[in-house]
Amino acid sequence: MKLLTHNVLSSKCLKGVSVGYPLRLNATDIKVVDVDYNSEFVSRMIPKINYSALYDAAQSIGHLNGLPDAVVDDFESNEDFLKAVHHVLLEVDIVSGDLECPESGRKFPITRGIPNMLVNENEVNEINGSNGYNN
Amino acid sequence: MACIKRKHLEQYLEDIEVFENPKVELEQYPTKPHIASHMLYTMQASYGDVENKLIADLGCGCGALSLGAAMLGAGTVVGYDVDPDALEIWNANCAEMEITTCQAVLCDLTQGFPSYSFPKQFDTVIMNPPFGTKRKGIDMEFLQMALHMASTAVYSLHKTSTRDHVLSKAEKWGAKGEVLAELRYDLPASYRFHKKQTVDIEVDFIRFSFPKTKCEKVKS
Repeated sequence: MKLLTHNVLSSKCLKGVSVGYPLRLNATDIKVVDVDYNSEFVSRMIPKINYSALYDAAQSIGHLNGLPDAVVDDFESNEDFLKAVHHVLLEVDIVSGDLECPESGRKFPITRGIPNMLVNENEVNEINGSNGYNN
Repeated sequence: MACIKRKHLEQYLEDIEVFENPKVELEQYPTKPHIASHMLYTMQASYGDVENKLIADLGCGCGALSLGAAMLGAGTVVGYDVDPDALEIWNANCAEMEITTCQAVLCDLTQGFPSYSFPKQFDTVIMNPPFGTKRKGIDMEFLQMALHMASTAVYSLHKTSTRDHVLSKAEKWGAKGEVLAELRYDLPASYRFHKKQTVDIEVDFIRFSFPKTKCEKVKS
């Protein structure tokens, strides 16, 4: 699981959880993979991701690699910054560990790089109920 | 523009592993390389919705659409599926093809995961959802989730017989559907209850997009 995936996951669907984000990350096995650097993609991702969640997650697993604690003003043209984000977002791969709901403490295991977000029926809100969506 | 030809994409997709024992209740039918390659090529060549994009693949199964999108230059593809066995194959396929831009998440869309929290984080959502023959309405649950996640477009396959229903639901959810192609989908006789060798069904390939002028809040 890359930190980009961590950045888009929440446990909001759990009963009694209102935000469920960001999930706490506990990593027991991390590998760093080489991914081709794509400045256009990384620069487009910056406004879409939750930067502080990314920063905190990277820090919590000891893989900041020089990532600054806030988005720099000239991020679109700042190659050093984009490369730092690229590395943290796409190259740090959590092979095993778990994700923990910040409100309920419910843990979601990460096995062979895949986070398991499956829960029991009685743990989730009724779909189309409290989440504000209807048919 | 994508750097490989459609025919080559189809050939690459021929090599990926598919379900060993498809699960009836999950309506697991692999997206055939021919159809997958045409879908992905249309997405990129006509709309530029693949290259450098953040893409979600809902009900990704063994990953024909995810891997194909990655081969066409997607920035990152996140595949979601409820079946751990399918994701094992998915992982093996990524490793075999040396693809590093795909990620998988094991979750159940009918439970509300990946999540309703963050709308529009993905550029494009692609899916070959269950058609809802085993669990009525699941195709629409997938579509609703997809429309919530995508900021630009959703590409999906739906039974032609349900077209009016699909398009009107989408409109209610603030999206406009355009049928890009009508396909003959040959479902292999992969399940015991299929008596014939293959069963041809008519399927629409639909692109859903969000009209800019219309900015409706979902009413409760």
